[in-house]
Amino acid sequence: MNSIDATIAEKGLMSSEMGSERTLYPYVTGTSVIGIKYKDGILMAADMGGSYGSTLRYKSVERLKPIGKHSLIGASGEISDFQEILRYLDELILYDNMWDDGNSLGPKEVHNYLTRVMYNRRNKFNPLWNSLVLGGVKNGQKYLGTVSMIGVHFEDNHIATGFGNHLARPILRKEWHENLSFEDGVKLLEKCMRVLLYRDRSAVNKLQIAKITEEGVTISQPYSLKTFWGFSAFQNPTKGAEGSW
Amino acid sequence: MGIKQQANWSPYDNNGGTCVAIAGVDYCVIAADTRMSTGYNILTRDYSKICKLADKCLMASSGFQADVKALQKVLSARHLIYQHQHNKQMSCPAMAQLLSNTLYYKRFFPYYAFNVLGGLDNEGKGCVFTYDAVGSYERVGYSTQGSGSTLIMPVLDNKLKSPSPLLLPAKDAVTPLSESEAVDLVKDVFASAVERDIYSGDKLEIVVVKADGIRREYLEMRKD
Repeated sequence: MNSIDATIAEKGLMSSEMGSERTLYPYVTGTSVIGIKYKDGILMAADMGGSYGSTLRYKSVERLKPIGKHSLIGASGEISDFQEILRYLDELILYDNMWDDGNSLGPKEVHNYLTRVMYNRRNKFNPLWNSLVLGGVKNGQKYLGTVSMIGVHFEDNHIATGFGNHLARPILRKEWHENLSFEDGVKLLEKCMRVLLYRDRSAVNKLQIAKITEEGVTISQPYSLKTFWGFSAFQNPTKGAEGSW
Repeated sequence: MGIKQQANWSPYDNNGGTCVAIAGVDYCVIAADTRMSTGYNILTRDYSKICKLADKCLMASSGFQADVKALQKVLSARHLIYQHQHNKQMSCPAMAQLLSNTLYYKRFFPYYAFNVLGGLDNEGKGCVFTYDAVGSYERVGYSTQGSGSTLIMPVLDNKLKSPSPLLLPAKDAVTPLSESEAVDLVKDVFASAVERDIYSGDKLEIVVVKADGIRREYLEMRKD
């Protein structure tokens, strides 16, 4: 099971990057997003950094946004592509609203829409360079799903993108349970975000936590986590590493 | 500046997973694990790879999840049209041909999907169809596809010893096992494959198709 004909197709289509009008690599990126189900709905967390390669270019990028009445989206990856996705979703919700029939799209429908958009763009070899997390509550049903830039999608009780998949999900698998209260949910997310802050170099200590329940969406003001750098091993990091300066 | 410091983007991924199907005289067992992974990461431990396409026809698929889902959607849509035009459910052999055509339609940008189709044929006998990614297929008595198939196939060959397809007159490929023996065999081969295949595990989903309906069964497996 090798990567088959695509390699041939790619060579033919993408041999010259000059003048290409498709995304070959991302420019400004956001790092991990974490989402969990809790007792009354969904909680999501993301920091506010926007990286330009390894440069921290932007420091207050909002990566958690409400979509319609029942959904919440969180994005990692290319920020400009995310903003384009937000425009698609705005139009989707607007046109749905114009029916004025009392019906509205729930998180499941929005997630399905995003799934098709992402997969369609990958079929055109012009991906939207994001991993998206979609959460929401409608008719008492909690929903939490994700889509990647090539259209891989699934639902779960807890989800994390990028580095979060390595560092946060093991914590979530151990500590998550169905009946988390809001306070415990926030504590769990903060624990994950703190680990990411210490170990993910593109994470910054300025984050937002968003909540969505039957009552609607609330996104917190930006705040930072308490950190501790006073471990004795940190005081003289080159001690014992001979030849290091 | 001109030096590539990043791997080229690929429209494909391998999300792993193993599928098995066994045909009996009056039943068909279709099974797959529920792990979905990418590289060394596990994305989720509870993703069903088995899709019901018609009353007596199920498809188990591994490979690239987004392609698999697109394929399932195409087949479901085609089946809905078929129902409106013919006022009946599509038969398993008909669905098998449709699946082959659907895969070959994308011969030069293939669905990265490895399928086994299982169900009952028009006589009510168990049937299994096995495929490659571009649509070549064959009716067999049993089959396995996906990341653990290399570990499972020789065991099935050894246990089920289907008659050679070269025999004349042609012999039936259905296995002589009883339903419960087939289900136990499936559990055994998965329990073994999961020991060595890192892309399979977590949970086993077994579906048994018989004339009177469909039965589902789950078995927890290794989560490491």
